[in-house]
Parts: sequence; structure tokens; C-alpha cells
Amino acid sequence: MSIQIENLTKKFGTFTAVDQLSLTVNDGELLALLGPSGCGKTTLLRMIAGLENPDQGTIKFQENENQVIENRIGFVFQHYALFRHMTVFENVAFGLKVKPRSIRPSKEEIKTKVFDLLKMVQLDWAVNRLPSELSGGQRQRVALARALAIEPKVLLLDEPFGALDAKVRKELRRWLRHLHDELKITSVFVTHDQEEALEVSDRIVIMNQGKILQQGTPEEVYAHPANPFVFNFLGNVNLFHGRIENGEANQVGFVRPHDISLELTPNGLDRFEAVVDRVFSIGNLTRVELKLTESGRFVDSEITKETFDKLQIKTGDKVFIKLNKIKVFQADQNQPEYSI
Amino acid sequence: MSHHPIHKLNRPGEGKLTKIVLISVALIFLSVFLVLPLITVFYQAFKFGIQPYLGYLSDPMTISAIQITLISATIAVVLNTIFGIAAAWLISKFEFPGKKIILTLIDLPLTISPVIIGIIFVFLVGVHGYWGEFFASRGIKIIFAVPGIVLATTFVTFSFVARELIPHMQGQGNEEEEAAILLGASGFKTFFLITLPKIKWSLLYGIILCNARACGEFGAVSVVSGHIRGLTNTLSLHIEILYNEYNIVAAFAVASILTVLALITLIVKKLMEYSESRDLEALEPAIAEVKS
Amino acid sequence: MFELKKSFSVHKGFGLTLGITLFYLGLMLIIPLSTLFFKTFTLTWDSFWTTVTDERVMRAYQVSFGTAFLAAGVNLFFGTLIAWVLVRYQFFGKRILDALIDFPFALPTAVAGICLTTLFASSGWIGNLLDGFGIQVVFTQWGITIALIFITLPFSVRSIQPVLEDLNPEVEEAAISLGANRWQLFSRIIVPELLPAAFAGFTLSFARALGEYGSVVFISGNLPFKTEIAPLLIVTKLEQYDYAGATSIAVVLLIFSFITLIILNSLQSLNRTWKSRN
Repeated sequence: MSIQIENLTKKFGTFTAVDQLSLTVNDGELLALLGPSGCGKTTLLRMIAGLENPDQGTIKFQENENQVIENRIGFVFQHYALFRHMTVFENVAFGLKVKPRSIRPSKEEIKTKVFDLLKMVQLDWAVNRLPSELSGGQRQRVALARALAIEPKVLLLDEPFGALDAKVRKELRRWLRHLHDELKITSVFVTHDQEEALEVSDRIVIMNQGKILQQGTPEEVYAHPANPFVFNFLGNVNLFHGRIENGEANQVGFVRPHDISLELTPNGLDRFEAVVDRVFSIGNLTRVELKLTESGRFVDSEITKETFDKLQIKTGDKVFIKLNKIKVFQADQNQPEYSI
Repeated sequence: MSHHPIHKLNRPGEGKLTKIVLISVALIFLSVFLVLPLITVFYQAFKFGIQPYLGYLSDPMTISAIQITLISATIAVVLNTIFGIAAAWLISKFEFPGKKIILTLIDLPLTISPVIIGIIFVFLVGVHGYWGEFFASRGIKIIFAVPGIVLATTFVTFSFVARELIPHMQGQGNEEEEAAILLGASGFKTFFLITLPKIKWSLLYGIILCNARACGEFGAVSVVSGHIRGLTNTLSLHIEILYNEYNIVAAFAVASILTVLALITLIVKKLMEYSESRDLEALEPAIAEVKS
Repeated sequence: MFELKKSFSVHKGFGLTLGITLFYLGLMLIIPLSTLFFKTFTLTWDSFWTTVTDERVMRAYQVSFGTAFLAAGVNLFFGTLIAWVLVRYQFFGKRILDALIDFPFALPTAVAGICLTTLFASSGWIGNLLDGFGIQVVFTQWGITIALIFITLPFSVRSIQPVLEDLNPEVEEAAISLGANRWQLFSRIIVPELLPAAFAGFTLSFARALGEYGSVVFISGNLPFKTEIAPLLIVTKLEQYDYAGATSIAVVLLIFSFITLIILNSLQSLNRTWKSRN
């Protein structure tokens, strides 16, 4: 099933949550809605689910080019919204049990199906537990099994890993990706975590202030950010103001920390002199914070531990930085300086 | 410079003397105003022993008062419960203009003197009231009869179930209901399978409180009942009559029934709070996980 | 193909619950209340004014307002104190005591009336004690005040208790680390936090006390000009078939109830906006 969204607008009082937004979700893809909190991504998701009604615009669900059979939507809530007074089994079985008598599966069929689903989410040992007896990651998987029980044509996930700690989150991410590859259900998930979006999705839609700023595959958006906001949002960044390359004023250069390399002696004209301010290492990466001699501004560089060891630099040392890759945008007076 | 370690003792009211004084004052005040009255009821009721006590309770006048009280309380509780659930659902699930006005109106009966509520019904459906003629010509007597008592009782206890449910349903949020609907549940199934189990304790407390207040209503009922013994006497009015006849022990014997009802109400409230705090604790592992 | 266009909420039952709510509010509340409203318009200003400025009526208002104010004031102090003790200290029997706070709310007013009268009569356990000091409670305004304190105690304690429970201990610890002593901490940090709730509790107590009838009639003795409260006078007028008189007194009382309700509501919304700002 594909979803066509056209000209969608939603206001809450004077606040415009979604602003004349159009988007197509292709059949079978895993789409990430990425943006800072308050950008309208959750409102968009809730409108797709039918939990919120748009002020303007349309959402159309389409299967096989033209006909729609039945619109079943699976929704996984940020805080899971498990029925707290029901066991894991009852939670997952709920969607089947409330079907009209004529199409309701038999008790045995329900049982088999629920067990299959719970096996798939690796929770078949927990059938008789209450949600309160499970960890956050386990609850998340129950919520997913519950949503899948009704065999949805579209699966919507609101910040699916937002409330989990870093380790569980990583595990569930990989697991969700595998699950999607297996089931091929058209899925949309909302996140504010760029790493999550880049790692899991087929396609990323980056939103801010109710509008779409850019969409594309993770590689596309990371390699070719359409504007400073996207560049900034997808990772750490250093800013270089003023006259760059062709001498035009009011331009800002964006450079990722790993695109800055360090040299002890200037091996070319386009090198900037800087002083090492602080150094710290995480695993194989070393982050060097530098103060530019000319402007007094700070920039970050990320180099491998190996390179760092070779350079043998410490706080207070003078080095020269080389920008390996720079993306230049017209400076926008209205936009504040980004800093992460 | 003196050093202040951040210690519990530095918080106000943590001094030993302050603590003892404050606890003592609170205990004395609560003893005088709550514990002693409670003891008085049962002390007076059983002053002459268990046999006379049972005698007072099985007196035909008492029995008839119990019957009338039960009838009016039952009707009031049923009506106000249906209303309470409907109003709580309306307020907690929908946004619409005029919501604030409805909320204010629900609170209104609590601030009106019961006596005023009584005279309102006398004006409305009494013999000389606006609708008095209408009912009198059909041989229906409302004021100085049981229907009047039912009306007054229902009005006075109007708010209790709704006021108990609204904050609970608002506080619990709508996500579980939304999940149920997206899984295909109908409105009624969502209510009975999801909402009702969530609110059962506060609903029970609302009903019990409404019932206790309905059984014990005095001011409004006193105005509309006409105090006809055996016909329009509720338990509260019966207590008044016995007391004014200096039949003190009998008055307290009847009062003890209502007092027990009040105590049951308090127990249900405690149970409700207990089950709520248990629900909260049940959510804690997840919260801890988020924090870690 | 289907489109989501129409304004809706996913929750069902708007029409049904709105219907029930409005029908019931209309039948049980609006119609009865408007009766009193219409009744008021059948009064002439002169007769209204003569009734409510009658010396006995004025005196009854004075008694009602005076005792209600005093009772709300006493509970403002003791309610805060009790809430403080229940929230901050651990002692034997605390849970039972905490549950018992709602006792006056659940107990029928007539039972409260005969209880307190028996307890405070000169033959009663407390009355006997007070008699030794030459203090008479029953059949005086002190008696009325005591009945009203009993009735409104839950309102004041339950208004303040949740605010005290929600006070962030870190704020107090921060104040201590900045060198504040206990008294400064109490008066500058805690009292300002409690003030809106305490005042709301006071207003609610006052409104309830103003209309209270059942518990008061037993202990007050109902002596005209001395211990006769306004609600009682309404009943008296009604029993004399003086409907105009009863209405006049009721309207004045009702107006004051509404004013306190409005004050209460604005206090609560003020408190909310104040909280959300922080």
C-alpha cells in the first residue's frame, strides 16, 4: 500500500504544526520522518493514522495503482500504550478479539497467531506477564506484536526507540530493520535521532517547522544536504564565515569534523593556523578542539587514534588545519548560528 | 565562615521540639474533631447494650426510613453514575467549545446551600409551584412525598461521580483508547474493555461517596419531605425526630448505620489510592530504564 | 480510495455523551436553577429590600458570615498544620488519621450535628471539660463555628496536602546550600508555594460553611438574633408560607456562593498559569 499526502495543513490554535505538506510513501518502504521536537513529524504521523484530522489537504491510501481493499493501520505509540490490565497475550490478541463476529478468527486460530507473533518478537516466554512486569524494550516489542496482529497494510511508529537506553535502542533498531525486510509492510517511523534514521530507513524525510526540507536515501541526504539546517541536523559541523573561495561575502562554509585534517607544518596555501585547545579520545576516534589564530573561533576536528599518535600533539601546540570537504551556503540573516 | 552541611535537619520543621509540638497539636485537634465524634456515635448507640440497639434498628419506623433512604439513594446513584460516566467521557475525550461551562455547571450543586436546593424544588413542583398544578391534576404528589426526596437527593449528589472520574480520566490520557480504536475496537468495546478497567476504582469510590451523601442528605430533603413519619422519613430525618424527642440513644443507633457507611467510603478511598500508587510503581522499571 | 477530510475525533460517542450530559444538566440543574431566577423576578425591589434588611435577617447573615469566616480561618491554620504533619512526619497511626480526614465529607450532616452537640454539651466529654473554664459551646455561636470547622476540615487539608507533597526537595536543598536558615526557608520558599492552595482551601471552606444547615441546626439552638443562621431562616420563612421572603434571603446567599465560586475558579486558573510559567 502506498500513501499519497497532498497539501496537508494542521494548526493548533495559532501554531502551525504541519504546513501545506505533500509527500508520497511508496509501497513497502521504510520511511523515517526526522526532525527536531515540535517540527510536526508526530502530528503528521497521527494524521496518517487518523488520530488527528487535517485542517486542509488529503491523505490517500492506494494499493496496486488504484483500488483500496481495506485500510488497516498498525500504530506503535511512543510510550507503547499497552493495556496495563491485560496480559501480554491479551494485549496482542485484542485486535483479533474485537473483530466483528462474522470475520473474527476462532479461539484456536487467535491463540496460534498470537503465539507466532510473540515468537517472532522473542517474547513467547512472557505470554502471561503483565506489561508492568516487562522492561521497556520488551514492552516495545509487545506493542509491535500487537500492532502486527491485525495484519496492517501500513505500520506507523512514533519515536519507537525514544524511551529506551542506548544499548537496547541499537539492538531494536537492527531488529526492526530485519523485521521490515521480512514483512515488507509500508512503514513510517518518527524520530529525532539522525543516527537512527540514517541506519534503519530506506528513505529519510527531514522536517522543520511543519515543512519538508529534504527527502532522499540516507546516503543522499548525508552526502548532499540541501541546506544548512539539514547539514547541521545530520551531524556535527564546523562553520567558516565570510569570504570563502570566490570572495563573495555573506557565505558560510560547513565542514564536518572528520573532514578536517591536521598538519604540523603548512603544506599549502589554504591552511589555517590554530592552537590545540583540548583533546579527548573515544575508542578509535580522537576529537581535537582547536582555536583559530586569525579569528579566535573554535573548530572541532575528528581524527583516528592512529593519526593522532603520529602527530603527537598536546594542548597549546600550534597546528595547521586543512579542510578536505566544504559545503558553502548563502548566509541567512534570519537563521541563528548553529551549534551542536 | 560557618559550614552548612545539607542535611535533613536543616529543613524547616525537622527540629525535634518543633516536630513533637506540631504532631501533638495535630493529634489533639484531630482527636477532638474527628476521633471523639466517631467514638461518640458508637458509645451512645450501644449505651444500653446490644439488645436495645437491635431493637431501635428493627423498629418499623426505622425500617421504613431505611427503605425510603435506599430507594432515593439508589435512584440518585444510578442517574448520577450514568451522567458522571457520560460527562467524564465527553470532557476527557473531546475538545469542543463550551467545555469550561459544562465543568463549572457540574461543580455548581456543591456550592449551593442544600436548603436552597430544597426550596427550588418546592417552587418548581410544589402545590403552589410552577408545575404543581400539572402534577396535582394528575394525582401525582411530589413535594412532601418520595419523588421530591428523590429529586432533592439527586440534585445534591449530582457532582460526586463526575468530579471523581473527570480528573482521573484526564490524567490517564487517551493513548490506550487510541490504540484500541486503531486495532479496530468499537466505541462501546473501547469503553468496556479498556476505559472501564482503568477507572474502576475511582468509579467505585465516586459511587460509594455519592451513595453515602445520598443516604445522609439532610437539608434539602428536610425542606421537601414534610417529615411524615413512616411515609417520607429518611434516615437523616428520622435521626432528627428521635433526637428532638430526647430519644438520644435511638438517634445514635440509627446514626451508627450511616456512620458505618461513611467509614466504608473512607476504606474504598484508601483502596483506590493504594491501587493507583501500585499502578504508578508498576511503571517505574520503564522510567528507571529511561533515566539510566 | 478514501479521504480524511471531515472534522472528527477518533473517539466515539461524542453525540451520545454530549446528549446525555446536556439533557441531564438541563433537566436536573438548569431548569431548577432558573426557577429560582424567575421567582426572583416576581419580587418587587421594595419587598426584597425590606426582607433582606430586616433586623432578624441581617443578624442571621451576620451570624452566618461571621461563623463561616471564623471556621474557614481556623481551618486555614490547622488545615495547613495537619497537612504539614501528614506529609512531612512519620508517626504511629498516620495512615489511619490521613484516611479519617475525609470522614466529615462522608458523614451525613445530621449525624455530625448530633455527635458534636452531644460531645460539646455540658454533659458531654469535651463540654464537661470546657464547663470547668466557664465556656459554653452548645447554643452559642462557638457551637456553630465548631460544627463548621468539622464540616470544612477536609477541604482545607486536601487543598494544601498535594501541594506540599509536590514541593521539590531540591529547591529546599538549594536554599539551604545558599545559606538560608529554617525560618527563611519556610517563609520565603515554602509559604509562597502554599499560598494559592491555602487561599483556595479557605474560599472553598467559606462557601461550604455559608450554606451548611444539617450539622448547625442541632448545636446552634436556633435562637433568633443570636444563633440563627441564614439557611435556617429560609426554612422558617418557607414553613410560614412566606415564599417571597424565603426567595429573597436565598438569592443573597446564592449570589455570595457564586462570587466565591468565581474567586475559586480564577484562583485555580491563576495557580495553573503560575505553575506552567515555572
